[in-house]
Amino acid sequence: MGELKVPTMAEMMAEGKQPEVLFWVGCAGSFDDRAKKITKAFVKLLNRAGVEFAVLGTEESCTGDPARRAGNEFLFQMQAMTNIEVLNGYEVSKIVTACPHCFNTLKNEYPSLGGNYKVMHHTQFLKSLLEEGKLGIEGGKFKGKRITYHDPCYLGRANGVYEAPRDLIRRLDVELVEMRKCRKAGLCCGAGGAQMFKEPEKGNKDVNVERTEQALETQPDIIAAGCPFCNTMMTDGVKSKEKEADIAVMDVAELIANADEI
Amino acid sequence: MAFIPNIVFAIVLVLGIGFFVRNVRKLVRNIRTGKPVDRSDHRRERLANMARIALGQQKMVVRPVAGILHIMVYLGFIVINLEVLEIIIDGLLGTHRVFSSLGGFYTVLIGTFEILAFLVLVSVIVFWIRRNIIRLQRFRKPEMKGWPKNDGNLILYFEMVLMVLFLVMNATDVPFQQMGRGNVISGIIAPWFGGLPEATLHLIERTAWWLHIVGILVFLNYLYYSKHLHIILAFPNTYFAGLAPKGQMDNLEAVTKEVKLMMDPNADPFAAPAGAEGEQGEMPEKFGASDVSDLNWVQLLSAYTCTECGRCTSECPANQTGKKLSPRKIMMDTRDRLEEVGKNIDNNGTFVADNKSLLDDYITREELWACTSCNACVEACPVSINPLSIILDMRRYLVMEQSAAPAELNNMMTNIENNGAPWPYNQMDRLNWKNE
Repeated sequence: MGELKVPTMAEMMAEGKQPEVLFWVGCAGSFDDRAKKITKAFVKLLNRAGVEFAVLGTEESCTGDPARRAGNEFLFQMQAMTNIEVLNGYEVSKIVTACPHCFNTLKNEYPSLGGNYKVMHHTQFLKSLLEEGKLGIEGGKFKGKRITYHDPCYLGRANGVYEAPRDLIRRLDVELVEMRKCRKAGLCCGAGGAQMFKEPEKGNKDVNVERTEQALETQPDIIAAGCPFCNTMMTDGVKSKEKEADIAVMDVAELIANADEI
Repeated sequence: MAFIPNIVFAIVLVLGIGFFVRNVRKLVRNIRTGKPVDRSDHRRERLANMARIALGQQKMVVRPVAGILHIMVYLGFIVINLEVLEIIIDGLLGTHRVFSSLGGFYTVLIGTFEILAFLVLVSVIVFWIRRNIIRLQRFRKPEMKGWPKNDGNLILYFEMVLMVLFLVMNATDVPFQQMGRGNVISGIIAPWFGGLPEATLHLIERTAWWLHIVGILVFLNYLYYSKHLHIILAFPNTYFAGLAPKGQMDNLEAVTKEVKLMMDPNADPFAAPAGAEGEQGEMPEKFGASDVSDLNWVQLLSAYTCTECGRCTSECPANQTGKKLSPRKIMMDTRDRLEEVGKNIDNNGTFVADNKSLLDDYITREELWACTSCNACVEACPVSINPLSIILDMRRYLVMEQSAAPAELNNMMTNIENNGAPWPYNQMDRLNWKNE
């Protein structure tokens, strides 16, 4: 992998330039070891397609999603208004993010607090790059593999985005197999609503294990996800079934970025 | 003396409808104890939703077996009610089958009623088998014990009896059978009564006629005490349901005001709150919901609309993995508490504090914290109920009024507050991944 070009908004501004899109990395994408790989894969694709983008870098902060879902409206609105001040200061008009939680919050919950942006999930953005001919999906590293796609709740049910990630996966000449619970009926990975940050309540199974079992029913080579939290949950689920040697959990951006690496 | 049946009928009818109206008024009053929320916008979209989801039963067929059976009962219910109109006119005027003068059209009408009545009967029997013999899992959850279970069965018995009475009434109507038109189903049943003297047949017919109409009025009045209210409330509930994307939570305006004040560099932090002197005694707004009066009226309407089908619960990831949370129970608890509050108002004229609340006395914290906010319950509901909104409003109360979040979530929130991420990483390290 060559050197990644990741300009910040501040650097761009100093040069008097305005990027066409802001890449909102998100907390997981910035700090979580697994999610950082997704971030880099996406940046690699942005670089390859020659997209003029920038990140906020150290000026980025949590959107407030987990605080809001946990019930802390104060903290959410503090985060939101601080972020909106930064975003509006840079006159940001278009945002792309690889995290469905950031996507949902930026897209649906910031407008009423004064933050109006065109917000895209990275799978939607990648699809538009393909359609504009800026990005080609080459190579067949995954050709013929069985891939099942797990719908992140905050991308699917919450915002009705079901096809963009699937369209991208199909381009890889793979066999896309659906779980019995998919799209609108997709089962949660167990991380949403701030569950990521706490132990689950008493029950007889963990949600991510249940979902992983549904994924394993399709006998996949790869479980594809479009959310760093789903990725963690499904990875843990695959490990709990001791299948990590056979089944990879990968983000859609990673699939595309790595397709040509033999 | 010939008018006695007509007078008795009129009295029964007035009592039946009058009592129903009284309960509807109570229902509306209880729903209005909820907080205001404006749903007067997007009328066209709301009407379309109502037409599609309630009238068109769009979401029922997501589960094909239950969906198709339900559509039969639903169609039967709507169409057979035309027959009730005839019964009412006959009852009041002392006529017999007043619409039969419509000729061929009446034949088609009655024929349709009879076929639908038969289909309703079959469907309702299958429903009963699903509940009591097959014992589908979603009808066996802990919240379905006792009254909810009996309520479900009672409704089915009501419908079975009403349909049987309707068919028997037609089968024993000698002139109607002799006419031999439109008696598609009752014509098959009629021979079962063969050999009975005409007077006995007439007596059976009259008895079935009376029991049928009285049964309908009793059933009408049973609605208020039952989960069966959905046959009416599904329409307003699908109309008034939220239109925003499912992932979007509403803003708490009171919080927005305070946060804006905190972020305003010109604000004087030591100044008395605006309007504090002029509006002495005004309670600061409570954050979130601990009781039904903190919920908005659409949430309360939804509680009455819920027919306890359990599709939400069977799709809930927490419930599927054995946690206590059941979105259906959230709605049932909300209704039970609202009914309790309503009775309190009936007895005292106004609500008198009873040291109880929706939180803890009905819905436990454990249930609330088990939710992943995945919206599966919202998606699953065939009548656009949003149990998630109640869960999140109650979490808001727990966190903002009681600081009672689980310790791990408090850590997460402290991290966001201090370093802008749910984990203890420094904001200055946010771009480190670039060089790793």
